[in-house]
Amino acid sequence: MSVRARTAIGAVIGATLLAVLPGCGGGTSTGDSGGNSHPKTLTYWASNQGASLEDDKAKLTPELQAFEKQTGITVKLEVVPWSDLLNRILGATSSGQGPDVLNIGNTWSASLQTTGALLPFDDQTFAKIGGKGRFQESALASTGASGKTPTAVPLYSLAYGLYYNKKMFADAGISKPPATWDELVQDGRRLTTGGRYGLAVEGANVSENVHHAFVFAKQHGADFFDASGNPTFTSPGAVEGVKQYVDFIARDKIAAAGNAEYDQNQSIQDFATGKAAMLLWQAAGPNLQKHGMKPDQYGVAPVPVQSGTPGPGQNIDSMVAGINMAVFKNSQNLDGALKFVQFMTSDAEQKKLNGAYGSIPPVKTAAQDPAFSNPELTVLRNTIATSAAPLPQVPKESQFEELVGGAIKDLLADAAAGRPVTTQSVQQRLAKAQQQM
Amino acid sequence: MTTTVHRQAPPAGREPRPARGRSGLFHFIPERVRRAGLPYLLLLPALFFELIVHVIPMVLGVVMSFKELTQVYIRHWWGAPWSGTGNYRVAVRFNAPIGRALLDSFLITCAFTVLAVGLCWLLGTTAAILMQDRFRGRGVLRAVFLTPYALPLYASVIVWAFMFQHDNGLVNHVLHDQLGVTGDRPFWLIGDNSFWSLLVVSVWRNWPFAFLCVMAGLQNIPRELYEASAIDGAGIWQQIRRITLPSLRSVNQVLVLVLFLWTFNDFATPFVLFGRSAPAAGDLISVHIYSASFVTWNFGTGSAMSVLMLLFLSLVTAGYLLTTNRTRKNRA
Repeated sequence: MSVRARTAIGAVIGATLLAVLPGCGGGTSTGDSGGNSHPKTLTYWASNQGASLEDDKAKLTPELQAFEKQTGITVKLEVVPWSDLLNRILGATSSGQGPDVLNIGNTWSASLQTTGALLPFDDQTFAKIGGKGRFQESALASTGASGKTPTAVPLYSLAYGLYYNKKMFADAGISKPPATWDELVQDGRRLTTGGRYGLAVEGANVSENVHHAFVFAKQHGADFFDASGNPTFTSPGAVEGVKQYVDFIARDKIAAAGNAEYDQNQSIQDFATGKAAMLLWQAAGPNLQKHGMKPDQYGVAPVPVQSGTPGPGQNIDSMVAGINMAVFKNSQNLDGALKFVQFMTSDAEQKKLNGAYGSIPPVKTAAQDPAFSNPELTVLRNTIATSAAPLPQVPKESQFEELVGGAIKDLLADAAAGRPVTTQSVQQRLAKAQQQM
Repeated sequence: MTTTVHRQAPPAGREPRPARGRSGLFHFIPERVRRAGLPYLLLLPALFFELIVHVIPMVLGVVMSFKELTQVYIRHWWGAPWSGTGNYRVAVRFNAPIGRALLDSFLITCAFTVLAVGLCWLLGTTAAILMQDRFRGRGVLRAVFLTPYALPLYASVIVWAFMFQHDNGLVNHVLHDQLGVTGDRPFWLIGDNSFWSLLVVSVWRNWPFAFLCVMAGLQNIPRELYEASAIDGAGIWQQIRRITLPSLRSVNQVLVLVLFLWTFNDFATPFVLFGRSAPAAGDLISVHIYSASFVTWNFGTGSAMSVLMLLFLSLVTAGYLLTTNRTRKNRA
């Protein structure tokens, strides 16, 4: 064999070996059980709560530095946009290579709980971060399926409120915000004139649709899942509830037909620019101000109910929205991770972070702070405390959101195109969604 | 492929062979095997990476399609229970909602692909032929034509999404407010019109590629052919039909295939335009599979649907190459 050929073979074998070796090395860190072999560092995936990823980094970094000063643990921060977060979590779950601590949308709690990748917060673990009793009950209810050990703790809480344009209300001679849906539709009709509308809805946003449908169904005494976790999308109450929401465009015509295609927060913009007089949103304040609306130009009231005043049971008027914090079970710094969760849920940090993001602390003592007593946050805080319920905490929650939210999007599109929306058509569309489960 | 391999194989007996019996590391391997084996040995690294990058993920995808893979099992997905052909049966049971939705999405995608590829090719070829002759400003026009292809996909598609908006969009402003073509402002991003808006955006994005390919193909047609045919009295149409198109045959064969695969598989355009839950008329199959698996956390069914799509695309590609090659051989 010529020298050239031998060199070539050597090169081939070398390259192949080089390629194989890292492949072998990669497998070592994917353990199933966690431990404390890396006590000095943590990786933290934060969800995007601020105006931008940079904004989040600017807000969180000083707190992480304070944590490092306290404990000597360096926290590597990555802010993950919402569009990527769930995919990244699923990727981390299947590969075993993920962060130590992460934020999750609280509606994913039960789904992620079933993966078995997150550390269960039993009473003993809760004791390490200051005890279960510090948290708001409604927020705790959205940390996992009921009856199972939660796999997350509440970090930021949010609820829906009814935002209304004070000047448009005064001009139309309406003295107070509507307390029931009948009043809202009446007021809406009076406000819908000259190219302006009573209400703005984010009709093509699947998640927004589901959040509203959930509340409307509850108010009609219905749930989208029965006690054993089976879908009941076509119960009369659920159909009534969905229809009532779609009717804002279909029958009442208090929302513009064009709202049916909104999915980039155009409804906030419409409200801020006076194109619509009312908006159902969670903590819209910072966003409205970004669009140039001043805090004294809008009022915030509880979301209407069918009759009476907001409360438990059929007078629920919001889902428990919010962000939970979870720990990956196979973290190599479990003690540090729990210390970090304790730090982030401490009174001082809760006040600072929720204050910065415009959300409500799920920690009771922190929520008492006067910083959360402006008119907007008082309404939202009361809602969380008295009349909010968590979305169904079932493993199939994300299918539910996708299918029911998508069905409502289609129904709104029908309504916007002038096709009739009847109890029957709503029921058929929901039945189709249920079959796809 | 085969022709290149033959061409590159060294003709036997050209180089002086090393003397037999010389001691070497691999002397126990017969000379013949050594000579024939070297190319394969050189291929090994490429084969290795091909395995890692292409074959293994594909095989894993096929394996997953036979498993009942939901979020409960993703941590140890190899331990997920086998579901046999269950996922496939769900995907092709066309009278049940999931199969029905997949079939609808498939048909929409087929119709969309045929129209989009046809229009891209037509536009690209027309433009290339019109710009075959030199004229002042040709370079500038070429550059302008290529911009849609050069723009980042997300940025350009999101601009289209804004233009298609019901209330403030440019499209409705021109069609309804200025020209009065439509009685009402139509919706473009929801409902049945979404098919046409998707088609417009896709053709706008992809026709420059057809233009580019055909333009390159035209450079190889000798000018003398046109001159000779002009002397024989051929008009523009005859020149196009008898000289240009036949000469572009091999370019077109590849171009149409590539356009077909890209368009059929296109995920980004519908996803940016409509978001994760597309209206039925714009529900292309890639997005449909994405929402059937990732969004609803049912990876087994999603894999089964992907495998079915892979089979379909392979069949179409193989059939296409067979027929086009045969006709080419018959003509030659």
